[in-house]
Amino acid sequence: MLLIHCPYCEDTLPELEFTYAGEAHIARPADPSAFSDEEWRDFLFIRTNARGPHYERWRHIGCGRFFNALRDTVSDRFLMTYKAGEARPTLTQEAAE
Amino acid sequence: MSRYRIPGKGRVDHSAPVSFTFDGKTYGGLRGDTVASALLAHGVHLMGRSFKYHRPRGAVTAGSEEPNALIGTSRGAGQFEPNTRATVQELRAGLVTESQNKWPNLSFDVGAVNDRAYMLFSAGFYYKTFMWPKSFWDKVYEPVIRGAAGLGKSPTEPDPDRYASRYLHTDVLIVGAGPAGIAAALAAAQSGADVTLVDENPEMGGSLLSDPAVQIDGKPAWDWVDAQLARLRAAGVRLMTRTTAIGYYHQNMVGLCQRLTDHLDNPPKGAPRERMWRVRAGQVVLAQGALEKPLVFDGNDRPGVMLAGAAQTYLHKYGVKVGDNPAIVTSHDSAWYAAFDLADNGARVAAIIDTRDVVRPDLLDGARKRGIEALTSHTVTTTRGRLRVKSVRVAPVRGTHVGTGRSIPCDCLLMSGGWTPSLHLFSHTKGSLAWDTTSQTFLPDRKTEECEIAGAGRGLWGYESVLADGAAAGLRALQGLGRAGHDASFTVANDRPGTGVSHTELPTDGNAGKARAFIDFQNDVTAKDIRLAVREGMRSIEHVKRYTTNGMATDQGKMSNINGLMIAADALGKAPPQVGLTTFRPPYTPTSFGAFCGYLRGDTFQLTRKTPIDPWAEANGAVFEPVAQWRRAWYFPKPGEDMHAAVLRECKATRASLGIFDASTLGKIEVAGPDAVEFMNRMYTNPWTKLQPGRCRYGLLLGEDGFIRDDGVIGRLSSDLFHVTTTTGGAARVLTMMEDYLQTEWPELDVWLTSTTEQWATVALNGPNALKMLKPLVEGVDWEDFPHMSCAECTVAGLPARLFRLSFTGEIGFEVNVPARHGLTLWTALMEAGKPYDICPYGTETMHVLRAEKGYIIVGQDTDGTVTPADAGLEWAIGKAKKDFVGKRSLSRPDIVAKGRKQLVGLLTEDGSLLQEGAQIVLDPNQPKPMKMVGHVTSSYQSTMGHPIAMAVIEGGFDKMGETVFVPMPDGVRKARITSTVFYDPSNERLKA
Ligand SMILES: [Zn+2]
Repeated sequence: MLLIHCPYCEDTLPELEFTYAGEAHIARPADPSAFSDEEWRDFLFIRTNARGPHYERWRHIGCGRFFNALRDTVSDRFLMTYKAGEARPTLTQEAAE
Repeated sequence: MSRYRIPGKGRVDHSAPVSFTFDGKTYGGLRGDTVASALLAHGVHLMGRSFKYHRPRGAVTAGSEEPNALIGTSRGAGQFEPNTRATVQELRAGLVTESQNKWPNLSFDVGAVNDRAYMLFSAGFYYKTFMWPKSFWDKVYEPVIRGAAGLGKSPTEPDPDRYASRYLHTDVLIVGAGPAGIAAALAAAQSGADVTLVDENPEMGGSLLSDPAVQIDGKPAWDWVDAQLARLRAAGVRLMTRTTAIGYYHQNMVGLCQRLTDHLDNPPKGAPRERMWRVRAGQVVLAQGALEKPLVFDGNDRPGVMLAGAAQTYLHKYGVKVGDNPAIVTSHDSAWYAAFDLADNGARVAAIIDTRDVVRPDLLDGARKRGIEALTSHTVTTTRGRLRVKSVRVAPVRGTHVGTGRSIPCDCLLMSGGWTPSLHLFSHTKGSLAWDTTSQTFLPDRKTEECEIAGAGRGLWGYESVLADGAAAGLRALQGLGRAGHDASFTVANDRPGTGVSHTELPTDGNAGKARAFIDFQNDVTAKDIRLAVREGMRSIEHVKRYTTNGMATDQGKMSNINGLMIAADALGKAPPQVGLTTFRPPYTPTSFGAFCGYLRGDTFQLTRKTPIDPWAEANGAVFEPVAQWRRAWYFPKPGEDMHAAVLRECKATRASLGIFDASTLGKIEVAGPDAVEFMNRMYTNPWTKLQPGRCRYGLLLGEDGFIRDDGVIGRLSSDLFHVTTTTGGAARVLTMMEDYLQTEWPELDVWLTSTTEQWATVALNGPNALKMLKPLVEGVDWEDFPHMSCAECTVAGLPARLFRLSFTGEIGFEVNVPARHGLTLWTALMEAGKPYDICPYGTETMHVLRAEKGYIIVGQDTDGTVTPADAGLEWAIGKAKKDFVGKRSLSRPDIVAKGRKQLVGLLTEDGSLLQEGAQIVLDPNQPKPMKMVGHVTSSYQSTMGHPIAMAVIEGGFDKMGETVFVPMPDGVRKARITSTVFYDPSNERLKA
């Protein structure tokens, strides 16, 4: 069972307290009606499906907050977590190890 | 005294006899015996029949890796356990055991005919033999295979035992309390770290318990073990025996299964049978040792053929000679010591047959001194004996040439094909393995967790090196925690170092095509099966494994994987690491379901949510049904009524006068704040801006994909406060979805979301007399301005309330919300006030019928995640003028505006019979199969109108009004007419009071 760091609670807690919430940094467009069918299809359904580091959203059930994480889909490990709304961090060498 | 027990020898208590039964016969054993050691003490080797061929089998090991000696054990009703390893199960008074896979009895078994037909059952037989004809599957193959095969019998009664579970946080967890594990624990404990040492056996000491002649730091092995365990205890180390590390998970979480009572004659009443520990460790030391490999030759599975290390364990731990006249066949030095120990304890060793050309001179000397014939460069080509080995055929080997063989009589054959480091837990962590060409085995390579591997588990051999390695691993673990310690060293006398070589099948002077040389004893896989799989095109070891089932039995190939790999690699002409090793998965050994469940069973499997009115329902004879985690009153039968009669009476009473219903389980969310109306506009399809405080509206919630997710009536209590209701099952999901949008898409909105599901008790009143009955109880409502779809904060029966006028039945309806603590008071007051109107409590089934008669949908029953508002006939609920809301853009997606979507319609059967919910619908019942299915029945009920009604989704259903469709059901095809979904009062006259 993984241990996950909630950036709001500033505590590292067992996986049981968290749920996965899909890929991160896919913002809902301000005006969906301006999207073509293809653009809207991509927004709804097309995902990175990364092998390796993957930006994704999690929710801490304890505090109810959604946050973002960078997780390696091969090792299943969390490389870092950060608050919703913060810019996509670049993967540093230390974090990757 | 048992014939093969050596008086006074071993770690068993010779003064404490324990009797037990095996296949109905009573045997005497000693305290400390396993079932296997006790049977072997009586000369009983035949302990079971094999899975596929029903070949007679005996114990081949003395530990948890045992593939053959699987027995059923029984302690009482519901306490039967199949596939218990006789080599692990400790004796206790009155233990009842039985062999498996035999009929009519163990020594004469009809199923053994499979053994002669073995050509039929070769690799891939599951895929080949039973392919055709298809109709044979359920009539012939399945029953025959089920009857003949199977590992033991499943228990049929509920397990009455208790199982416990606990968490543990520890600095260092050491798995395996052999010499390496004990040395690691000594090192780790020196700085005061919290150390936990676990071992699957009843006693700690590991291989030292089977090698008592070894001396460590001047002490005999057993004395040394006792002294070190005492030191560890004094240092506060947690010592856990009968505790198996079953799985190694992320971030140093290890699952331990501790067996607490199976060895006790009289377990304390109520004591848990097993306890599952979830351990989070700072550092883990794996000191699991190595498992001995069998050699692969014809007849290597005959009872009496056993691993040499196992014989040594039976001798020293249990004081049992596995035979008077053993022969030994080996490719590793270790078996020579087993032969010497048996000879020194009175066995007449028939011969030591070593496949190697060169054997260490001191071993040859040892054999000579004891008068044992030692045959190097020799092999065993077959064994003889029906239910027990009687002789072994040996032959000289020069390269690939097998010379003339001869028969050597013996009463058991002890084999050793070398040792495989036990890396199962390490593999659970996805740690990588590297092939070591010298030792011809996989060794741990790259680690993914904070762990150390010590001793024979990483290919070391000989006590001095293993002890030093354990101590070093313990010290590294300590340093990993940022603590300091110092080195330790051990001096060992009478050490038993050793090396060996690995083989594929041993060469034979017989017909190689007829050889029954087993690799996987539990799944009856032979060397030939592996070669056949390769010939038939399997290239990867994972394919070979699945085709042959090698390593797929309950022992996960602990003994067979490396032999299987060596043979597959040889057949493919590749090096073993190029063929690869199959993946080990938890649990390490078979683990009871009870241990996994722990406390989560029966009433504590999951919580049951009950409404404040539940006690009244229970006292008044309600039949309950589970809805999400709630238990809800389903219907209230009167004496003599079945469900149908009760529901019809409840429906009619409500339509005729007044019904009362506990709707407390409805999800409730309070949406509050200056931007509440904007938030509602964005979340729900409906327009909210113009909804006045004091009014309510049906709300429809879509996913961003345009499909219906939830619905419910929403009241606006003030300009900045909405009382949202959701479906019973959808409450948590809807709140999460709202929170998601609020937190991550629209954080600028000033809105607060609060779940109030459990804060309000909700009672629904429905029927033509609902208003009349309720009015006198209410204060604070202007009835002149309280039409259908109104809401108010007021008092009802003197209780503070949120009153909604709405209807889910088609009758005049109200939902009274009061703080949950007043729920029962409200219900009782309404029941009392309703007496003049023959108020009728009804349950969820009546609620379903009444809503279906009106065509009101239930999200999740009439919709399935692919239904749009238009499909469900709910386009009226969409705020057309709104620029955006969740899901709006998707309503113009090409697939959603396309023709031929399934649409929600009503169905009436021609013959007035009831349709099955879920039944498929076709347009032409005479078309060839498979028929084109155009939809399915979503709801179907007996109604108050004298005939059943149904709803269905049907392709292009709105354009098929009045047309006939067909519904094939198990008892015949029904003809049905497509109608509107509104069966009752289509003009809503009854809602207007
Ligand atoms: Zn949190």
